[in-house]
Amino acid sequence: MNSEKNQLTEDWDMVIEPRSSLFSLNLREVWRHGYLLMMFVRRDLVSVYKQTILGPLWFFIQPLLTTITFTIIFGNIAKISTDGLPQVLFYMSGITLWNYFSDCLTNTSNTFTTNASIFGKVYFPRLVMPLSRAISGLAKFGVQFLLFVVFLVYYKMTGSDVHPDIIGILMVTPVVVIILAGLALGLGLILSAMTTKYRDLFFLITFGIQLLMYATPVIYPISSMDAKFRWLIQANPISWLVEAFRHVYLGAGELSVPGLAYSFGVMAVILVIGTVVFNRVEKTFMDTV
Amino acid sequence: MRTVINVEDISKQYRLGLVGTGTLKDDMYRWWYRIQGKEDPLLKVGEVNDRSKKGTSDYVFALKDVGFDVKQGEVLGIIGKNGAGKSTLLKVLSRTTSPSTGRIRIKGRVASLLEVGTGFHPELTGRENIFLNGAILGMTKQEITRKFDEIVDFSGVERYIDTPVKRYSSGMYVRLAFGVAAHLESEILIVDEVLAVGDIEFQKKSLGKMGEVSRQGGKTVLFVSHNMISIGSLCNKLLVMKHGQVDFHGDVKEGLNYYINHMQHVIESSDLSESLKALPEDEFFELLDFDLKQEHSDGVVFLSSRPIKVCYRYRIKKRITGLRIGFDFIEQKSEMTLFTVFHDDSYKTVEPWQEGVYTSEAIIDAHLLREGSFIINIAVCIHNVRWIINGELKVPLEVRNIEGITPVYGFEKRPGFLLPPIAWRNEPAGE
Repeated sequence: MNSEKNQLTEDWDMVIEPRSSLFSLNLREVWRHGYLLMMFVRRDLVSVYKQTILGPLWFFIQPLLTTITFTIIFGNIAKISTDGLPQVLFYMSGITLWNYFSDCLTNTSNTFTTNASIFGKVYFPRLVMPLSRAISGLAKFGVQFLLFVVFLVYYKMTGSDVHPDIIGILMVTPVVVIILAGLALGLGLILSAMTTKYRDLFFLITFGIQLLMYATPVIYPISSMDAKFRWLIQANPISWLVEAFRHVYLGAGELSVPGLAYSFGVMAVILVIGTVVFNRVEKTFMDTV
Repeated sequence: MRTVINVEDISKQYRLGLVGTGTLKDDMYRWWYRIQGKEDPLLKVGEVNDRSKKGTSDYVFALKDVGFDVKQGEVLGIIGKNGAGKSTLLKVLSRTTSPSTGRIRIKGRVASLLEVGTGFHPELTGRENIFLNGAILGMTKQEITRKFDEIVDFSGVERYIDTPVKRYSSGMYVRLAFGVAAHLESEILIVDEVLAVGDIEFQKKSLGKMGEVSRQGGKTVLFVSHNMISIGSLCNKLLVMKHGQVDFHGDVKEGLNYYINHMQHVIESSDLSESLKALPEDEFFELLDFDLKQEHSDGVVFLSSRPIKVCYRYRIKKRITGLRIGFDFIEQKSEMTLFTVFHDDSYKTVEPWQEGVYTSEAIIDAHLLREGSFIINIAVCIHNVRWIINGELKVPLEVRNIEGITPVYGFEKRPGFLLPPIAWRNEPAGE
């Protein structure tokens, strides 16, 4: 009898309770679902371009067309400065980074609504889903990044005024990508938690991402910014990433360590808030979605 | 055996109606109370969830103070009307939603099958989907690889394994999906009516697989179904849910009887007596009472394994010759008359009736009907002269087969309305 009582107080594998503390994040559980994460990434990659004729070529076509458009409109018609860099490379570098950020943000922000049918039927740590989106986004980013490198090599060989810094590239690239991914994921998590209850936000997100792009030095360099507004652009953590990226690959733009540190700090805060908010919603979202 | 699932006072509250402007206000209200360290004030407003009655509050409890234990190796059936809280209970147990109050403790790995094929992607091939679906259901890569051949074999889709599942027939799709689910390695399995899919052959296969899983593996199974036959044949314990509360928890036979006896009636007995009163007056005949009887039955739901008595009580007002009392037995959905009988079907001569009060009783044999919804149309006539009652009084009855004949192959989808015990003799005939 005594032992049975003991058994009732301990030795349970799982306890389901209404509300757990704010920070019981269960990250270990996410880790244990690594294989599931992998499968979701695979699914995203395999399924997107099935039954399209050009298949993964679309990964290239999209940034190419955008670059051409930007070169014509912002470079040739509006004549916005590109810090003395070849326009194609300047825009392409910005677009490659920005595309990853915006894809990742849109894809994670609708985690709950697009996966309601799965979430309603099976339990697994919900965090796996947005994580898989961020990772499968990296694959697309990788392809577009390669395209950028090909163009960079071509321009360098034809004697354009670009100065890639190999050591800088090796050191800065992972930092930039990690901070960018963290920012997109964190923001996406916060938004996904909010959109489950207040759908209005969906309309704001697309609009907001567009606005944010103009507040990021994608189509212009920070150096061309009026000093009066420069702080506004500098407050945007993504600005520092784009500038640092351009600096190491193209040799123009501002590589600022405090700037990157600031970006990292913002990323960390947003990511923590995002994870907490997301965890909170994941328990009851089926009732509100 | 130790307790592997311990459910303590689980409640789940939902808000009724549209989620509109009220929610933000309520959210603030809740938040205000929470930061003061008080209990959620809106949580008290709810009441027992009875769909048929309009409540006074916008909040209802889909589950209210539900508590029970499940021991290792038990196969617990969960039954109840729509809206009784079965699905909510499963959702809470499988962690797709969180309870409002209470606590559940579980020992062992849980696999929940609230649906087959969760997360199947139409563009992916059968092979890819087995791995994806298996991972979603909580299997590791090694487990899936190890069981892969078994799954393919079980579902019989070997030829199409590298074809996208969107090209599958619905039957193949379901078989593959169930195949993955059936090979889960977990100590506790939660199943929600997934067996109601596929063709008969496959249903039998999956039912068999479930039975095998619980008998051999010592697995604990929670099985929600409307189908009393499969519950009766698979489960050893039963939980009857009613208005979000546990109405009965115990042995399955006892539980099914309890459930049948306490199901809400299609027709209240008061309706019948009112219809009796509403009958047009007749100079010869007055029907005083009519009743369907069966041991342990409530008069609406009957077991096919026991005889049903059809009872009349009536008054003859004037001496009359050729009065016949009987009924048509009609299958509800098809409106097909299965048989028509009269009280004097076996008589050789016709005697006139004297004035007075009489009773008549017809007995429908056990093991004649199969599960279904039927109607008894009361018929009274003066032979070759006129009808006294025909069509004015129709009494519905539900027949359930929980302890009757259950053929090996099941008969849920076989055509026909009767299930008489037909004797067979099969012998080798030689050459």
